[in-house]
Amino acid sequence: MTTEPIEAKPKKVRNFALLSNRAGAAFLTPAGLLVSVFVIVPFFWVIFVSFTNRTLLGRTALNPEFVGLANYLSLFDPATFFQRGQFGFSLILTTQFVLASALLGQALLGLLLAWLIQTVPPWVKRITETFVIAAWILPEVVIGFAWFAFLDRDQGTLNMLLEGLGLPPGDFLLQQPFWVIVVFNTWRGAAFSMMLFNSAFSSIPPSYFQAADVAGASSWQKFRDIGLPLIRGHIVTDLILITMWTFNTFTPFLLTNGGPSYRTELVSIYNYRVAFQDFQFGKGAAVGVIMMLINLAFALIYLSIGRKKRR
Amino acid sequence: MKLTIPAFVGRIAFSALAALIGAIFALPLLWFLFAPFNARAELGLALPDPWTLNNFVTVFGNSYAVQALWNSFIQAVGGVILVGAAATLAAYALSRSSIPGKGAVTYILLLFSSVVSGSAAMVPIFLIVSAAGLMDTHLAVILTFAGGLLPTAMFILRDFIDSIPKSYEESAMVAGASPVQAFFDVALPVIRPGIVVVVVWGFVNIWGSFLIPFILLRSDSNMPASVAIYSFYSEAGTPIVTLLAAYSLIYSLPVIVLYLFVSWKFGFRFFGGIKA
Repeated sequence: MTTEPIEAKPKKVRNFALLSNRAGAAFLTPAGLLVSVFVIVPFFWVIFVSFTNRTLLGRTALNPEFVGLANYLSLFDPATFFQRGQFGFSLILTTQFVLASALLGQALLGLLLAWLIQTVPPWVKRITETFVIAAWILPEVVIGFAWFAFLDRDQGTLNMLLEGLGLPPGDFLLQQPFWVIVVFNTWRGAAFSMMLFNSAFSSIPPSYFQAADVAGASSWQKFRDIGLPLIRGHIVTDLILITMWTFNTFTPFLLTNGGPSYRTELVSIYNYRVAFQDFQFGKGAAVGVIMMLINLAFALIYLSIGRKKRR
Repeated sequence: MKLTIPAFVGRIAFSALAALIGAIFALPLLWFLFAPFNARAELGLALPDPWTLNNFVTVFGNSYAVQALWNSFIQAVGGVILVGAAATLAAYALSRSSIPGKGAVTYILLLFSSVVSGSAAMVPIFLIVSAAGLMDTHLAVILTFAGGLLPTAMFILRDFIDSIPKSYEESAMVAGASPVQAFFDVALPVIRPGIVVVVVWGFVNIWGSFLIPFILLRSDSNMPASVAIYSFYSEAGTPIVTLLAAYSLIYSLPVIVLYLFVSWKFGFRFFGGIKA
């Protein structure tokens, strides 16, 4: 009897897990159910609905019919594809929006900020960070209204400043709605890139920069030759994450409602309008499927990079 | 180390540039510092004239506005309890058990959670909630957010649990505790800081969200503050600025307090993963 446990012990150590498989499965069940119903099922359901003519109201709300590729064909109808308020227009607009506000705006501004706050006195760093992060954490509705007031043609802070500087005021929400949402999204999201790059820069051994200082390198040279190459991995991560978030963001809706005349109608807003204002669920679902495919492409790139890094 | 003159000038230029960017970021928010306290607030930036707290009194006298804040609270707390509990259990299982296919499950979850965004999946989420008969209920919002936030919450917590030595629970089990006891009495207290981070992150996300409650809720009595705020518009469609400003400030307060709490408790850097 005494020998048995000793013999069994090495085997047990090899397979030792603190939680048995049964207990582990039980622990996983609640999360598994919730994620299945609200994340995985929607993924497949949206594909199914996109092949039907389901609507929110009326006869086809209860008995949708299978319509094959009709929804996709109407989205990609070459006669109307590029017209304002159509899918193609919205897709191109979103691409420009992602390029300008995420890849250029947020990433560059975040990089600049992260580099600046490495060297400035702590109180400047604290104040700058506070406002950049405030722009990021405050609820989107509040931010939307703050910008609505900021851009108001007659009283807004921006026009007050412009007039003070001797520049012509403007009704920017009407005249330049696209650039408004680009600046808005840059402002809203720069904090994430700043924080990511900040922690990346602080993980570089200070001795590298000290050696460069001794050699008399300028800040720009240190940035170009030491900082930038060493955080390349973080930059890729940042670009993919902010691309996905910006592609899916709905927040500009709170500032412009997608208008005027569809000029700020990003795909997320287009999806909302088709499904919940025009009540065409089938077509809305088709938009959702295309959005998810684009998300999937970015996610796969991101995950494959993450895997390579771990190896 | 003594600074040379060019280095000194460079430093001042850096500070000036950082301060300037900070100021530009502050500009759209400045209005919120003054307007809530201004009895005659308009969309322009102006010192309160006269100073008043009446705007807040009016907000708290508006039963619909108070109800909406309460609804936000119910939905955020309900969602956070579900996310916190389910994510802790699941993350512990992913970290401490040797269930086959663990790696694949993690990978698939990570993939789906980034592919199925609220704005891409609004149609099927609406249909599922509607099929479950949960339309226009708090539960609909709570469950949708719980499902959506869980994958990320699980990853944060699994990393956290992976960093805790197994020897804590092992000693407890040597002393005769069952695995489940070891989890509740030994591991849970050690994991608590990680759970706090996940809970704060989830709360901020649900509290500030607009789209999901906007499409899943109908009746005024269920609307959270993010949607109800649009009732502070006159019949002509112009905003009632005094109320909106005061209400926005009250509504933002929990987020600001939680941010300060997290950065005080865990240091600034931890906040990097707290949103989005």
